[in-house]
This record gives sequence, structure tokens and C-alpha cells, in this order.
Amino acid sequence: MDLIIRGGRIIDPGHFDGEADLYINEGRIAALKPGGGTGEAEKSVKVIAARGKIVAPGLIDLHVHLREPGEEYKETIASGCRAAVAGGFTAVCAMPNTHPPNDCAQVTEFILERAQSAGAARVYPVAAISPGLAGKGLTPFYELAAAGAVAFTDDGLPVANSLLMRRALEYARGAGCPVIAHCEDPLLSADGAMNEGPTATRLGLRGIPNVAESAMVQRDIALAGLTGGKLHLAHVSTREAVDAIRIAKSQGVAVTAEAAPHHFTLDDEAVCDYDPNMKMYPPLRTAADRDAIRQGLADGTIDAIASDHAPHSSIEKQLEFDLAANGVIGLETSLPLALKLVHDGVLSLPRLVELMACHPARIIGVPCGLQTGMPADITIIDPDAVFTVSADNFRSQSRNTPFEGWTLKGRATTTIVAGRVVFALDD
Amino acid sequence: MGGMRHKHILDMASLSDADIRMILDTAVRMKEISRRPIKKVPTLRGKTVVQFFYEPSTRTKSSFDLAAKRLSADSLSFSKATSSAVKGETLLDTVQNIEAMQPDVIIIRHGSAGAPHFLAHHCEASVINAGDGMHAHPTQALLDLMTVREKMGRLRGLDLLIVGDIAHSRVARSNIVGFQKMGAHVTVCGPPTMMPIGIEQMGVKVAPSLDDAIGGADVIMMLRIQKERQAQFLMPDEREYAAVFGLNLERLQKASDDVLIMHPGPMNRGVEIAPEVADGPYAVILEQVTNGVAVRMALLYLVLGGK
Repeated sequence: MDLIIRGGRIIDPGHFDGEADLYINEGRIAALKPGGGTGEAEKSVKVIAARGKIVAPGLIDLHVHLREPGEEYKETIASGCRAAVAGGFTAVCAMPNTHPPNDCAQVTEFILERAQSAGAARVYPVAAISPGLAGKGLTPFYELAAAGAVAFTDDGLPVANSLLMRRALEYARGAGCPVIAHCEDPLLSADGAMNEGPTATRLGLRGIPNVAESAMVQRDIALAGLTGGKLHLAHVSTREAVDAIRIAKSQGVAVTAEAAPHHFTLDDEAVCDYDPNMKMYPPLRTAADRDAIRQGLADGTIDAIASDHAPHSSIEKQLEFDLAANGVIGLETSLPLALKLVHDGVLSLPRLVELMACHPARIIGVPCGLQTGMPADITIIDPDAVFTVSADNFRSQSRNTPFEGWTLKGRATTTIVAGRVVFALDD
Repeated sequence: MGGMRHKHILDMASLSDADIRMILDTAVRMKEISRRPIKKVPTLRGKTVVQFFYEPSTRTKSSFDLAAKRLSADSLSFSKATSSAVKGETLLDTVQNIEAMQPDVIIIRHGSAGAPHFLAHHCEASVINAGDGMHAHPTQALLDLMTVREKMGRLRGLDLLIVGDIAHSRVARSNIVGFQKMGAHVTVCGPPTMMPIGIEQMGVKVAPSLDDAIGGADVIMMLRIQKERQAQFLMPDEREYAAVFGLNLERLQKASDDVLIMHPGPMNRGVEIAPEVADGPYAVILEQVTNGVAVRMALLYLVLGGK
């Protein structure tokens, strides 16, 4: 035996929920013994005392921009993976909008090699739908999937061409992968800096209407219905999109969706001081949209919480609001903000584990769980640990968080990948 | 009278009605200086005023320049073309470099909403907003308030009608906030494509028809229509705009007998305002310009500690 996690509440949705000891050997779950909490272990065996803590399958963030290759001054695969494990994530999906973009097997392999040598979180590369993210053709999905890509997206840029989106859904079905859609009608969102509505009108900023997202969500759902392809909707921000997904699911369309912590925590009033760290795409919406996202997370309409971790340096962010880059970082605040939903009575803990571990794993087709024989990817969470967010303490290279100075309750205390402790809070 | 509580003049929303009254009263005193044969007082001698104009301007820039000179401050202007912005320098770097030369007031016009607020976060000097994107143009609102108060003797209870592209107008936003703070009622009018979503939440009435709204107004403010708006499908052409939302003599018949016609300039004669109206007896467009110098003198004086 290599490691024993003693006395925690093990939450493995659909399989087990209760106090137990978890035994790990050679990188895999060796046994789960209900009750537990005491007993002698051999001196060579590492024991983690987890009483009062949650022991969950390793969290997976479906939507992370690691910026390497090409923008290493914002984040590297190594720094992003350190931020991931500090935030409780054992795996992240790396978005393809790097320089060069991940549109060929060589880039996919490069990402996997860098992640391997970083030795922190697992990285699941997501490859581009179109070469150069140019929206003009298909990348070699089969070759990319063989190299390790788990999904396809032109995230950051919408697929404006409906025929290309149709073909991507069809072709990805053949390669056995989902297509992740960044839903945006670029003509409707043109030049917008924040959500359209009374706040934008008061601040004199150009607005992005909800329909810029929901119209494309409707299109892509219809294309998923037509093609039978697996569609995953990235960073859903509007109540209209939540409604459309709910209806599509009731009709049996193969659609899944994710929402970001900033969208279920903040609303567009947060822009009032022109703080560029409140600027992202899709923008912060109204309180009604935020509440619809929370409802969607609670009732199963939205399948996953994903951070859309988007590191930017002061070069892109210390600018006039409308000229500043879109995006905020989230790896190290995502779990605490999700736990806030638990503390606020919106989500149960098992639901949180589904949203941050089981469902993300199912969407990209990777293993997840604490049953005997599974890879020992584990997140130990102290749901009551109170701390103050300070970007200076982040492992991420970037500082563009909208939550600086917030006091949050609950965080990961230990992150284990393949049986190896890759993060421990008090180290 | 106490002095100004505000170091910066960023928008009308951050000024109280008492602040506005103090600024207007001070501006009345300043206006007298501009009528003297020697239009200069030594009040701000030794103070330095720097103007950054990242958007073209004739009226506002020369108005601030004269205001500074009449108070004996040294003033210096940069336009986007003559600043290092064309070499790719960021706004923050440009301003920090100027700050290193110890100016007392920085005046900024910029195409980005919130740019003056951004500077105020990073500057020791007082920042005065000379227009930021579609957000605010507080000195324009103050000179408009001064002009109306001078002509009407009051602001409370008046009905102001603002006509034109409300969505893209910082003049409209600042006047909506400013006139409401002083107890006036504001109605906005224009084609629905130029009406921003949620404008009602700023406390205004929205009038779809200029013909219907004109009779109830004590003051009519016509906004400049920008020709490039056709590219955004906001209007078919200037001819139709002039026919439906332009202020001409025929339409003016429906207005009250002592109506005031205002325009922040520059005008498109024959589009939003007919020449006979602009040059007619109800127009106070040039008085607005005269009062602009007085209001800007008052603001420079007050932000630098005058009472």
C-alpha cells in the first residue's frame, strides 16, 4: 500500500457516499473501506487524515487556456498545471487558441509532453475545428484524436459558417469526440464591451445582447439534432440559452453544457467602475441570467462547471475598458465559488462533485471515480476553510481575477494525480 | 461658501445638486472676466493644465485652452496625432510620463468610456473629463445647464427634450443626469435604432414622435447625427432623418413661444437642424459656446482649491 486517506466523507456519485478509508496502491484505488478512521498503518505508508473533509474523484476543468505555445508571458503549461492542482483540479482541458493553434498532431503532442514534464495536473488537449481557427475547413480530427485530442473547438472564435459547424459535428462523431461550441453571432456582438442593457447604457459602453449567444445556441442544437453529433456548449451565460438546452435535452438531443463561476457569481453591475478584470466573453449578464445559470446547475440542465481560465498580463488588461482583452483567470477560485453555491443552498455536495468531476469526465470520455482499480485521481476538500483571495498567492502567472479580496469558504487541501500528491495546502 | 469636494470631474453622476449649483454660480462670476477689455486674472498663475485630446475637437479644446489662459495657468495640448499614442504607447504610460512633469490638472477626451476614471485611479493631478466615448461629457452638460438657467431663470420643473442618436451620445447621457439632478424632466426622442436598451431606467420618457413631443418642451436639444451611422443600419439616409427627426421652421410652429433651441455642435445644417432654426431667435447655440469658457474656468478654479 502507498497511501491511505483516512476518515473523510467519500463522495463518489452513483457509487458511494459516506465516511470511509481509501487505499491507494501503484497509482490506483486499491480499496474503499466504509467506517474506518482509525487503525495502524505500516511506517512506510503515507496517511492523510481527512476527517471533516470531502474526498472526491479528481476535479476536471473542461475549459482552460494554458497559453503555451506562443504566449508564455501569460501562462505556461507548467504554471497553468500548478494553478490547476492548487485549485483542486487533477485534469484540465487545454483550449487550442495558442500560437500556433493546436490544429495538428505535432502541437497536440507538444502539449502532452510539456504537461508530462510539468508533473502536476493531467492535460487533455482540445484541438481546433478549423486550421488556424480560420473557420474555413476541417482539421484532421482522426489524426488529432489519435494524438490525444479529446474534443474539437474553435473556442474564442465562433464558427460563423453553419455548414462548417454541421460538418464538424458529423465528422467528430466519426472520430468519437464532442464538438465544443463557443456560441456567438459576431455581427450581433460586434464591438460590444459588456452585456447590453441599462448598465451598459448608463456607462456608455457598447452592449452585447443575450441573443448573440442564444441564437447560435439554438442553431447548434438544431445541427446536433440533425447530425447526431455530440455537442458541448461552452460558457453558457444567458437565461435564453439555459431554456433552449433544457428543451433540447427533453427532446433527446445529445447536448451538454458548462457554466463559469464568474457567470453564476457576478452580474453586469460589477462593471460599474470600468475594471478590466470584469471583462470577458461572454460578458457578465444580468442578475436574472445569473439566477437562471444557478437553476440550470441545480436541476441538471447545465452539466459542468468550467472556469474558462483566461490568463492575460497587464499588457492586455491595464488599458481602457473597451480596449482591454476579454478573459479572467479561474483555476484557483473555481472550486471555492462552486462551494459557495453549496453553502448558499443552491447545490448539494454530491451535485457539485458531478458538475466538477463526473460529468466533465463523461463529456470528454475519460475515467472518473473512486472504485477499485480506477486511476487514483483524488481531490480532498475542506468545505469550511475560510480564506481571502489574493492574486499574489496564485500559482498562475497572471493576476486577472475579478475576485481579488473576496473572502471565500472552502477549498482543496490535497490534490492527488495517479496516486501521487501533487498539491497539499500547507506545504 | 465651501470649496469643491471633488478632486476630479469625471461625470455628472458623481456631482450633487449642490456641487452643480456651486459650479454654475462660480461660472457666472467667471463669465464677467471674459467681458473685460483685459480678459485675464492672475488666479491660477503657476498652475499647469495639460490637455489630452485622443479624439478631434475644436470647441471643447479651445474652450479649455482659453479658460486656462484667462486664469493665467500655463496650458499645453496633445492630440492623438502629436502624442506617442501613434507610436503605440499606452494611455497609462503617456499620462505617467506627463505626470512626471508635475501638471496640476489633466483634461482628457478619449474614445473609450471610462478612460478618465482609469486615469483618476493612476494620477496625482486632478482629472477633468472632456468627453469619454459614449459615456459622459460633464462640462457640456454644465454649460448647457448654465445657459438654460441664465435664459429661463430656473431649472426646476422645466421640460427638456433631447432629439437624436441617444445611444451614441455622451452629451445626452450627461444632460439626462444633470438636468434631472436639478429638478428638470427629460424626454428623449429619436428613431428606435438610436434608442439604447434600458434608457427608461435613467428616468427619462421616450417619445417616438418629434411632432408629438415638441409642444411640451421648454428646451429642445438637437444632437449631431453622424453620417457614418448608416453603416450600422441605424438610419437609411440623411434625407429621411431630416424629414422625420430634423428641426425645421414648420415643426417649430408646434413649440411653445419661449422655447430654447440648443445644439452642442458641430451642427449638420439641413440634417438635424435647419439653418433658419439654427440662426433664428430661439437658438442659444452661440451662448452655449460663450458659457462653455466660463464653466471650464469655474471647474479649473474649483478643482485647484478655489472657493
